[in-house]
Amino acid sequence: MAQTVAQPTATPAPLPLKAIAPWAVFFGILMLVLLYFVGAEQGATAVVSGEDVHEWVHDARHLLGFPCH
Amino acid sequence: MNSATVRNLLVRGMLAGLGAGLLALVVAYLLGEPYVDKAIGFEESHAHGHEHEVELVSRSLQSTAGLATGVLVYGVAFGGIAALAYCFALGRIGRFSPRATALLLSGCALLAVYVVPFLKYPANPPAVGNSDTIGERTTLYFLMMVLSVLLAVAATLLGRRLAPALGTWWATVAAVAAFAVVTGLAFAFLPVINEVPADFPATVLWRFRLAALTIQLTLWTGFGLIFGELAERVLAPRPAGAARTAAPAAH
Repeated sequence: MAQTVAQPTATPAPLPLKAIAPWAVFFGILMLVLLYFVGAEQGATAVVSGEDVHEWVHDARHLLGFPCH
Repeated sequence: MNSATVRNLLVRGMLAGLGAGLLALVVAYLLGEPYVDKAIGFEESHAHGHEHEVELVSRSLQSTAGLATGVLVYGVAFGGIAALAYCFALGRIGRFSPRATALLLSGCALLAVYVVPFLKYPANPPAVGNSDTIGERTTLYFLMMVLSVLLAVAATLLGRRLAPALGTWWATVAAVAAFAVVTGLAFAFLPVINEVPADFPATVLWRFRLAALTIQLTLWTGFGLIFGELAERVLAPRPAGAARTAAPAAH
């Protein structure tokens, strides 16, 4: 395949995987924990007892598409 | 240096997620809440007596502060995850500028994270859904979401593999087709859930689901545009003088 004009958009250089990995692991898990509390806590499973978390984010849970009671 | 770039992108991703979350919150409040209220009205007129004992959080709080908490945390969390995915995708998925990469990634995330799971297990308003099956429904929804994201990543890697042999165009077509076929198989084999009460108003359900889809469309489009702009500034800083005067001119 012929390479066309190489200039119009500058393709950024890839970031090395080793530089991404520690951020991805630590913040990836942290973000998933946040999503768990918005989307599923006190529904099918519960870390905190009671219904307060569920009731507080109730409307968001329905409107963001998560299964809710 | 590179680690600092990842950190900068991550922070900007979470901020862009917060901004996009604010836009989505406005849409959720204006388009979604009326149908949540209608569904709760239906639920209460059909209550079997033992359903509602004590109201822990009032409706006026649920539909404002509660909704805002949920949508904004969702925006920040997905903003962070999308920024990390962006670090992997940047410069690896073809010849796209930082801004174009951000919008492309957002579009794919909208499909993989929301639209594909939604087609099998759509959003339901209050009164739709049996509380005895919450465990099963939660498992299936998250399974569908994880599966769809993994398949999207696999399709991207497949496209990259095929590109040298087929060319970018046909490699992309083949990868998307593979994604569609495997997703279709998952739809066919995963269990069906239909817990809509027989006399639930169809228009309320339809409007609620359209609103849910619009919220996500707003969130991910907003994220793509805001994060794209921030990422462009991190990755391709222009000379200080030129950037100020010629800011609106885009590629």
